[in-house]
Amino acid sequence: MGVEHQISHMRPVSVVGIGKTPFGAFPDRDLRSLAVEAGEKCLKNAHVAASQVDAFFLGNFAGPSFVGQNHLAPYISTALGIQGVPSTRIEAACASSGSAFYHAFTGVASGVYDVVLVVGVEKMTSQPTPKVTEILAGAGDCAGEVKAGSTFASLFAMIARRHMHQFGTTSQHLAAVAVKNHANGALNPDAQMRKVITFEQAMASKPIADPLNLYDCSLISDGAAAVLLVPTERAAEFTDKPVRVMGIAQASDFVALDQKPDITTFPAVRRASERAYRMAGVGPTDVQLAELHDCFTIAEIVAMEDLGFVERGQGGPYTLQGHTARTGSRPVNTSGGLKSKGHPVGATGAAQICDLVLQMRCEAGERQVPRHSVGLAQNLGGSGASCVVTILGTV
Amino acid sequence: MNEETGTVYTETVLHSAAEAFAAEVPFQIAIVSLDSGGRVTGRILGNRIFVDDRVSRVETRDGVPFFRKIA
Repeated sequence: MGVEHQISHMRPVSVVGIGKTPFGAFPDRDLRSLAVEAGEKCLKNAHVAASQVDAFFLGNFAGPSFVGQNHLAPYISTALGIQGVPSTRIEAACASSGSAFYHAFTGVASGVYDVVLVVGVEKMTSQPTPKVTEILAGAGDCAGEVKAGSTFASLFAMIARRHMHQFGTTSQHLAAVAVKNHANGALNPDAQMRKVITFEQAMASKPIADPLNLYDCSLISDGAAAVLLVPTERAAEFTDKPVRVMGIAQASDFVALDQKPDITTFPAVRRASERAYRMAGVGPTDVQLAELHDCFTIAEIVAMEDLGFVERGQGGPYTLQGHTARTGSRPVNTSGGLKSKGHPVGATGAAQICDLVLQMRCEAGERQVPRHSVGLAQNLGGSGASCVVTILGTV
Repeated sequence: MNEETGTVYTETVLHSAAEAFAAEVPFQIAIVSLDSGGRVTGRILGNRIFVDDRVSRVETRDGVPFFRKIA
């Protein structure tokens, strides 16, 4: 079934509510209380009662491993006062809540539901770092690369190494991503690491997996984010600042990095973005701002290439030249990105949508950018096995 | 054609690892393009290797291939 056929049968869908917890290490907060805080803020933001919600989708990567709780969707939705409706957890590694948002979209677009709440959550800091690293590695191929000792940092380090070999990308290019995202995160009151860093600090930080240093890696975080979707024809009932889902697609690829023919590009990102652009009727040059999945600095560089923002191999120089800075021609990760804002894995996709919506409603405070009518979010799972690309618009 | 030899496609040295491997850091892993076709992720023994280096499989432990640079 072609994308054109699908689009002709879809109802237009809009985002009418957002809610987030701060991201950080919160030893006194449990997973459910974080998810409920984000969900309640979102319902309040859209002036919606829990009883009006037709379906609930939860994005969560590894709650059972991190906190020992399963059956998480009704565990959380009932705590929000949402009773009796379909309540479903979606797992797609770091793209879990991007995927939850995608499935919520399809439910509204198809006419099955009218009011759908998406919550993404992860509670990671209750485990020591080596255990967190092990749980995260479970998003890789446990019979192959993980058995050989791979971590996610090492998988993206191998991507970076190959990208350097093929295109001449440098450690300075990687550092430029970290420096930029920290500069943005320093202005975000909800960010985990509100700290400006220098090139020297980034490049001299301790090695994690060569060529990636500490400042090339995103954070271990607790946090939640929520989004409310309704048919566009009903959006005015909930907000005077609706943001339309212009295009959205999810795509998949091999889980194991060693099965990909070329690890310097993610076919799932290319496929998802091509479909999302076609559905939205826009191209890469129309995108005015973006929230991209910078789980590691190299990931933001590769994402810009796969999304068609730049030619292959040009992601590093483009960043170093300042084009993606808050003051540049196409700001990327004005929230601070996963790098500085934090990366509670299952919350990240929903948080990207929240951060774009803030900009598109002109509610982003000190980090507000002047051009914000078409925004793109790219949420990546694992080393590229899942990807969701969403294009939002106020035009 | 030999499944015991290949060329390094990419590599990294880990300074931080999952719980089960934490005692072994630093250690090197690589994705090797095998002369017999296909790629595999394995561990590197001995000298540090780089992209395009030639390596041969010296042993397999619990299904994980261990390679060493061909001098």
